Amino acid sequence: MAGKKNRKKYILVSILSLFVFFLIWELATDVLHVFTNLTLASPITVVKTFIYKLSHTQPDGGTIQRHMWASLRVALSGYALALIIGIPLGIFMAWFKPVDLLARPIFDFVKAIPGLAWAPLMIVLLGIGFASKAVTIFIAGMVPCVLNAYAGIKQTKDVHLWVARTFGATRMQMLFKVAIPTALPMIMTGARVALGASWMSIVAAELIASSEGLGYMIQQCRGIFRPDVIIVGMLCIGALGSVITWIIGLVEKKIVKGRDHGV
Amino acid sequence: MDKKRSMISCEHVSKTFTSKTTTNHVVNDFSLQVEENEFVVLFGPGQCGKTTVLNLMAGLEPVSEGSIMVNDKEVKGPDPERGFVYQTLALFPWYTVMQNVEYGLRMKGMKKAERREKAQYYIDLVGLTGFENSFPNQLSGGMQQRVGIARAYCNQPVVLFMDEPFGHLDAQTRYMMQDEIVKIWEKEKRTVVFVTNNIEEAVFLADRVVVLTNCPTTVKKEYVIDLPRPRSYTDPKFLALRSEIQGIVDKTL
Repeated sequence: MAGKKNRKKYILVSILSLFVFFLIWELATDVLHVFTNLTLASPITVVKTFIYKLSHTQPDGGTIQRHMWASLRVALSGYALALIIGIPLGIFMAWFKPVDLLARPIFDFVKAIPGLAWAPLMIVLLGIGFASKAVTIFIAGMVPCVLNAYAGIKQTKDVHLWVARTFGATRMQMLFKVAIPTALPMIMTGARVALGASWMSIVAAELIASSEGLGYMIQQCRGIFRPDVIIVGMLCIGALGSVITWIIGLVEKKIVKGRDHGV
Repeated sequence: MDKKRSMISCEHVSKTFTSKTTTNHVVNDFSLQVEENEFVVLFGPGQCGKTTVLNLMAGLEPVSEGSIMVNDKEVKGPDPERGFVYQTLALFPWYTVMQNVEYGLRMKGMKKAERREKAQYYIDLVGLTGFENSFPNQLSGGMQQRVGIARAYCNQPVVLFMDEPFGHLDAQTRYMMQDEIVKIWEKEKRTVVFVTNNIEEAVFLADRVVVLTNCPTTVKKEYVIDLPRPRSYTDPKFLALRSEIQGIVDKTL
């Protein structure tokens, strides 16, 4: 990486660019009134609204924490299910031919349908509550988990399998001690992509039909012309998404050792 | 000199690879006896089937005809008593040096303390003391191949197969490793079959150089190298042997 001096410069430029962005935003709204408060809220209003929403349920029926928790709960449930089922499925499909033959036609079919396209059917099937959204997210998250785990296992080097064989490893030991370690970086990539897909899908699913959550809050406030709440919602979605991505990055660093990390 | 025990015995071995469209006859009526603790180098032109011969002896590929006995047992598949050092970097990148070296013992189910001690001995032997907890991608090519050698040795095999282990190293590192492998071998005697396409390396290392023909390969001629060790690359006798062997090798494009 670049030296200390360059790093300082980098931070300075970043702060400056953010500052300019907020300055133009503030100028366009509060100062010059290019946009009214019904079309685009000023940054200061957004901050005020955020603080207000921490303790008030108006105008959409829930505090910001409640919406955040509602979205997180569904997204993480669906995501966890995607990991628990998707990763082993990908591994077994790559390692055991019969599993591949059995699962592939169904999986290829599911893969071709965007995760969100399942939402309407799931809502009809399971209602607008927790289950329909969790299942939608599970499907959206499972696809990258399977694909990456599969590709990861397929990267296993023959020479590594030979080494294991000359040392007397069984086929199961080769799977767990050679193929899965080989695939780990790819599996983690899959987990990261799936997380992004899950988080995107939850917000979109909530926009379609919901009774709580960040997407629901945004959708409600669109109807009553409250751009300040909408922006607060968007920022919360972005912030939460960054935090969970950061956490998974930490986990990845902990698990994947001895190799250059993927992008 | 009394007759030593035969450790490897290849009798009329042939190997043909068949796919849907082609058959490829790689090894043809290959016979070879290797004595216990002998250092034999298989030397031949590129793509002649040296590696295939080694894979057959190690049991990584089945023979098409003939039979191979190692340590009085017929070779039917890979076995921990036959160690292998590979041409490409075959270390497990997710394991540290220590974990790579002790891998074979772990597969055997040896207790941690015991296998750590054994592995440490071989790590010290190949000169990697202090790098036990490094990952392979933190080591140079020469150091990685040392780990490969330590890993093969640590499993206490009766024979060691080495498939151009220094093939991808730069010339300087290669000389150093050739020196090193002789020292290790003199300290820890094993039957070694070493494959190379480098004539200098062959004469420097071997008790006996077995020159192979072009594909389908078989033994062309054998040379017993009785120069005392450590050998010098510039010794007139060394150079004479080198040019003599070079002269009979099949030329390939």
